[in-house]
Amino acid sequence: MSQSSDAGLDPLQPLETLELEPLQTLPIGKQRPEWLQTVLDAWSLRRTKIGLVLFLVLLVVAVFGRFWAPYSPTEFVGPPFSLPTAEYWLGTDFLGRDVYTRVLYGGLSVFVLGIAATVIGMVLGVSLGLISGYARRWVDESIMRMLDVVLAFPSVVLAMLFVSILGPRLWLIVLMVGISHMPRIARVTRAATVDLAQRDFVRAATAVGVPRRRILFREVLPNISSPLLVEFGLRLTYSIIMIAALSFLGFGMQPPSADWGLMINENRIAITVQPWAVISPVILIAALTISTNLMADGLARAMMGIDRTTGTT
Amino acid sequence: MNSHHRGAVEGGAEGAPLSDIVLTVRDLRIVLDPSGIDIDDDVSFAIHQGEVLGLVGESASGKTTAATSLLAYQRRGAKVSEGVIDIVGTDVLAARKGELRRIRGGLISYVPQDASAALNPALRIGDQLMEILNAHQFGASQAEREARLKQMMAEVLLPGDRDFLRRYPHQLSGGQQQRVVIAMAMANRPRIIVLDEPTTALDVTTQAHVLETVRDLTRSYGVSALYVTHDLAVVANLADRIAVMYAGRLVEIGPKDELFAGAYHPYTRRLLDAIPDLSGERALHGIPGWAPRPGQRVAGCAFTPRCTLRIDKCATDFPPYEGPDPDHQVRCWRWREVKAMPAGSSAPLRVKAENLCATDEKNVISCKNVVAWYQNKEVLHDVSIELCEHRCLALVGESGSGKTTLARCVSGLHPFKIQGDIRLRGKALARESYGRSREERRDIQYIFQSPYSSLNPRKTIRQILSMPIEIFFKTTREEREARMVKVLDQVALDASLLGRYPEQLSGGERQRIAIARALTAEPGVLICDEVTSWLDVSVQAAIIELLVQLQAELGVSMLFVTHNLALIRSVAHEVAVMSEGKLVEFGLVDQVLDDPQHEYTKQLLADTPALPVLSQG
Repeated sequence: MSQSSDAGLDPLQPLETLELEPLQTLPIGKQRPEWLQTVLDAWSLRRTKIGLVLFLVLLVVAVFGRFWAPYSPTEFVGPPFSLPTAEYWLGTDFLGRDVYTRVLYGGLSVFVLGIAATVIGMVLGVSLGLISGYARRWVDESIMRMLDVVLAFPSVVLAMLFVSILGPRLWLIVLMVGISHMPRIARVTRAATVDLAQRDFVRAATAVGVPRRRILFREVLPNISSPLLVEFGLRLTYSIIMIAALSFLGFGMQPPSADWGLMINENRIAITVQPWAVISPVILIAALTISTNLMADGLARAMMGIDRTTGTT
Repeated sequence: MNSHHRGAVEGGAEGAPLSDIVLTVRDLRIVLDPSGIDIDDDVSFAIHQGEVLGLVGESASGKTTAATSLLAYQRRGAKVSEGVIDIVGTDVLAARKGELRRIRGGLISYVPQDASAALNPALRIGDQLMEILNAHQFGASQAEREARLKQMMAEVLLPGDRDFLRRYPHQLSGGQQQRVVIAMAMANRPRIIVLDEPTTALDVTTQAHVLETVRDLTRSYGVSALYVTHDLAVVANLADRIAVMYAGRLVEIGPKDELFAGAYHPYTRRLLDAIPDLSGERALHGIPGWAPRPGQRVAGCAFTPRCTLRIDKCATDFPPYEGPDPDHQVRCWRWREVKAMPAGSSAPLRVKAENLCATDEKNVISCKNVVAWYQNKEVLHDVSIELCEHRCLALVGESGSGKTTLARCVSGLHPFKIQGDIRLRGKALARESYGRSREERRDIQYIFQSPYSSLNPRKTIRQILSMPIEIFFKTTREEREARMVKVLDQVALDASLLGRYPEQLSGGERQRIAIARALTAEPGVLICDEVTSWLDVSVQAAIIELLVQLQAELGVSMLFVTHNLALIRSVAHEVAVMSEGKLVEFGLVDQVLDDPQHEYTKQLLADTPALPVLSQG
């Protein structure tokens, strides 16, 4: 067979002289961290927007509300259980203090304690879950069974047990709420870690001799940030509920401090006489948990791709 | 050339008139729904009665999408925007729901890739088979259907007794499952059967049996078949004609023998050069670059950037179907010139090893009487191998033969119990990598099977490559950077990739990065664990070329684990054949492949699909 007669063209050229295809055909650009991508995906959902706006409004009220409060939270402004008037918009509580003022003051503790407890729970749970999921075998078994013991106690009962022994200290409440979250967070982390620990890039790091701690925090953790973010949102909801519940039961913030949970307890005897003293903190706690729940739900949906439009590759 | 194109179908469908066209596909275009990106464009072909058409293409070439559309099925998000599909006078795309139910499984049936996922795990196989017959009201009575059931089982060479039919899918082997699925597809004697890579998940021996079954069935019953595959060697003995797809378009379709003797499209030619040759006659030749994914295609002919024969026209206009006759069509502006070129690559084969090296001093890795467990099961029985300096030893075996386990034992990655003696340059190695010295860990580097799993998706290439350097060497930032640029250069990648994430690279590039990561440690031993099994044929060939070149230049010793016998001629000097955790044969590559001693090796060689040997013109 004869070669092509066309002079300007060479036949099948040897490979070495060929240029590799320029890379511009692939989309270039800084890749976002996974959790940020999840956040951005979540933001496109309406539920997330509603949740976040609500959450921010409540945060502003809790943090800065005290600056536009008409009275001091411990100031007696009128007779106990007065109904709302122009002077005190939400009436007065069982000691005659202004409910509106106390509502504005009482949110900060819920936020601070709730977030602190969630952070503690996350740190403990994620660490244990990572170790458990990566080490497997007897380490895994012992950690998970220990956590099962914690899980076996109803969380409020567990917290009350320790508080009744050691007294109502704020750090203890936060710690106990955190510990009660720990088993569930550890389970989520472990499940994600087990899956990842079998990926070859983790094996590659092991073969090279990267220290285990570095493998866990540098190789595994960044890959499971999305489920952990969702878990954080979910646990925050429960923290807020638990903190408020403990305050309501008298194990949290102590009188005379202003706290939403405590206010419900203090004023519940007169719910038929002056409902506003109970209803306003109830509405605020409910709104707060709904807002965190909406955000967590949005994140979870974004992570799992439930609402993602189909079709693009 | 025209003289023997009819010869391609000799032996197929005795007596059946070949002009009898069963299936016609015209101008098929399939797009993604919201974006309008085309997966398939302008695909046209026809299948004659009793003919097997091999539809060959690399990943993302749109071959499966085109094949399933014959049953008027599109995956979620895709839809047919143009085209006609006609099966013996029935317009499939225009069919309504009820009609479609009759067509699917009646006129045309489908055999999916993964039989284990295609069978309902909760139903006995007899019930599943009967379901097909009932759904299409086969025959007149239940007795007739039961007779047909027995017959079907006989056709696919499975026992048809009650005991067997009462089994659940998980009680069958992979090959048996695939046969059951084929029996289901053949149940109502369809006119055409679509096979979507039905043997990809199977071992070569099982694959050979399944291919034989398919061949017999199509020949005996005059059923036409569309066999979708990425592996030209698989269809080499099965298909009558072959259609080659590239980037969503059909670039060449023609009789098998004409294609293998001298394809008219540059891509087909290069693809054939990239297929590892069991006989060792041809050198492996990769295609640089990669196939574009949907949405990334350039104007004109999509092969233009990788084509060595491109002219200006290629970049702007896509050529029409042309060819010497209706049965051999090609889409290339220069097909007449390509046709005139001699076929087969002319590159010399690699240097072969002349003799086994026996002296112990030259051994880099030596494994003596290694026994290993997976959980509580012994999976490696008393295996001894030796890897000599500057040599490449291929470890060959089917899945479950223990080849990867052995490689993992050497690299300290086997998480379960190991007994025996594993030495690196005469020094005993610890079982786990954490028990080994830094120097030992540096000396042995492991390259993993899947480049999609071996690179952390959350790290940039710079972070991935710098990890071994930081651990093994004391370097400044500049030295580290220089070293990374050097290894990237060694694997023929550009330093601009350092800032990217693995997701932004193609499969071949990722595997190059994985190789580069191993090279940063400046190892004496490279362990390659099925490094090409996740890659397209053309990319596989390029990676093999790279490994051979690196081995020669850097003088590393290499342990090359693979299930693909055809590959080892191109890369290895010595070969160890493993089966069921035992070493069954060891020797020089050419000796073992040309004159196998062990029964198992003989069987393996016989079952490995091979391309027909080209008669050089």
